[in-house]
Amino acid sequence: MASVHLRGVGKRFGSVQAVDDLRLDVGDGEFFVLLGPSGAGKTTTLRLVAGLERPDAGRVLMNGEDVTELPPAQRDCAFVFQQYSLYPHLSVFDNLAFPLRAPRRRTPEAQVRSRVERVAAVLHIEGRLGRKATELSGGEMQRVAIGRALVREPQVFLMDEPLSSLDAQLREELRVELKRLQRERGATVLYVTHDQIEATTLADRIGILQQGTVRQVGTPMEIYDDPRSLQVAQRLGMPAINVLPVDWFDGPAHPQASHIAIRPEDVALQAGGAERAFEVVECSLVKHLVVAERAGVEVRVRTVLDAALGPGARLSLRFPPERCLFFDSAGQRIP
Amino acid sequence: MAEIRIRNLHKRFAAFVAVKDSSLVLEDGKFVVLLGPSGCGKTTTLRMVAGLEYPTSGQITLDGEDVTFRRPRERDIAMVFQLFALYPHLGVRDNLEFPLRNEGVPRGEIDRRVRDVAAILRIEHLLGSRVGGLSGGDRQRVALGRAIVRQPKAFLMDEPLGTLDAEFRELMCVELRKLHDRLKTTTVFVTHDQNEAMALADHVVVMNDGEILQADDPHGVYHFPSCVFVAKFIGRPPMNLIEVTGPVAPGAQRVRVDGTAVDVPAMHAGAERALLGVRPEHVRLVAQGEGLAAQVRHAEYHGSHWVADLDTPAGALKAVVDRAGRPREGDRVGVAFDAARTVLFDAATERLLPSASTAAHQPAMRHG
Repeated sequence: MASVHLRGVGKRFGSVQAVDDLRLDVGDGEFFVLLGPSGAGKTTTLRLVAGLERPDAGRVLMNGEDVTELPPAQRDCAFVFQQYSLYPHLSVFDNLAFPLRAPRRRTPEAQVRSRVERVAAVLHIEGRLGRKATELSGGEMQRVAIGRALVREPQVFLMDEPLSSLDAQLREELRVELKRLQRERGATVLYVTHDQIEATTLADRIGILQQGTVRQVGTPMEIYDDPRSLQVAQRLGMPAINVLPVDWFDGPAHPQASHIAIRPEDVALQAGGAERAFEVVECSLVKHLVVAERAGVEVRVRTVLDAALGPGARLSLRFPPERCLFFDSAGQRIP
Repeated sequence: MAEIRIRNLHKRFAAFVAVKDSSLVLEDGKFVVLLGPSGCGKTTTLRMVAGLEYPTSGQITLDGEDVTFRRPRERDIAMVFQLFALYPHLGVRDNLEFPLRNEGVPRGEIDRRVRDVAAILRIEHLLGSRVGGLSGGDRQRVALGRAIVRQPKAFLMDEPLGTLDAEFRELMCVELRKLHDRLKTTTVFVTHDQNEAMALADHVVVMNDGEILQADDPHGVYHFPSCVFVAKFIGRPPMNLIEVTGPVAPGAQRVRVDGTAVDVPAMHAGAERALLGVRPEHVRLVAQGEGLAAQVRHAEYHGSHWVADLDTPAGALKAVVDRAGRPREGDRVGVAFDAARTVLFDAATERLLPSASTAAHQPAMRHG
């Protein structure tokens, strides 16, 4: 396995700057997740690492060695795409064996068999090896697509939203399996997604990608607890962090502060309430969410309630000072 | 204005029964989601409401009028197949006008309706633009506009978001719900995705093997699942199901799980063997030695909380833990349950056992 470093990498498509002066360090054996909305440059970044795109500027390093000019085959990355791309006329076994049988690798057939079987067992598709790829369900096909990457021992795994086409239950199961596999093998994984749950549950470290630039890198807990900008604070957390006027803060706020932000699970809720009362807009016992409004500002509160509060019910909210984050008018965090 | 009633609806394809003797009242103005795994009969039910299939027996009424064997065009109902389909080479206005021109609606009427729809969706400023240059969100709104411009009595949607990529699916869910809040047009929406169902629905109808298992609001389906299937199908992670030791007697307020006493709401019925159902967010980690003994196998970080996988003598459990209480792999802990939030199922029939808490809940929908 290898480390991957991007240094000042830029890539433009026509008038669109997909990736701009990008710096990224993925350690050997690290599960690194790039989290961002569509159009942020996630897929382009993966393709630049794989060698499927050539950067306009900057260098790509693997294990410290400059691979910017190397073709994809010599970089030895295993790519998993969002939409499974299997050979429909081949069996599951042959699909899994395909990368090992490539002329350049010439793996002995006995070894092919044992590796395919091991990967199939891990992904719970051992009973499907004789089937044609087209006879599988969507979830099984995506397992085979992931399996085809796992049979190899590449320098790095590149994964482009590999779970997003699956239904909720399968996504959850494969998420746990993927994390376990990566740990057991000490694999280097660069994984891109727009799904924050995948990011916080899978990642050793997350890079928040916006408009082709990495805004912040850190462990999931660092990013969640200690965001450097309002944009980053709003990227993690479901429901999203509350952004409130600074004069709602109980106590002396920093003079530069223009907004306070507080996570929905940190807002304290009491029924009734006097002068600073909020009105319930929405209450869901399923989502454990109360949305309350005052002066046109909505506050989301995450709490497990016993009974629903009706729309219009009054309550008071408290924003514990130690849980409040401050941001200036440009959206930068004030420590 | 449209209330849809389904009475004893039955549909057989050769030897296969797709929908079994189902009855349901879909109230006017509600967003109703038919939810279930593939092959459960949800799409067949929708197609019968649309007139794309005729039932083997049973009746469908629209505002009291029998439409069971009417053709699709003779029911004032719009079937929406996919919401992403726009003509990329046409402008926004042409895309919106297309369904109306197709039906021979007069010019003046077309202009009026396109103006109304554009106002509802706040896309007036885009009417002159080409579809190709729009942002994802604007594109979704135009697609929605195309679906609603016909102004039918009800919308029928068959996995309309299925082929969108995940992020647009979520955005579209939000837009769709906002739109419904404004228009209040009766909507029947078919999906296998419970996230979509819970995000969109006023009422959820859970189906499996051609049968309606439960019809209620999201709260009812989530907290009082009618059977083990619904308990496992709804909620991620799903409800924990734990074997109860020995029989449960009517009136019982306490059961035993692997030698540990667990409080439950007063039972209105008993069972020889029972399963205790409790959602992961109603499982609490307590000090070792209290409650049910458990060991943390794995913990996933979700930002606002952790999801802990626990091994207990009664089997594997999942618990939602506050973000401050990080569970560590290998930790030995005790497990307790919020008594008021527990339910029991008869292990033989897999059906919910009535109790003081289930009796206090009024289902939001009628079905049979």
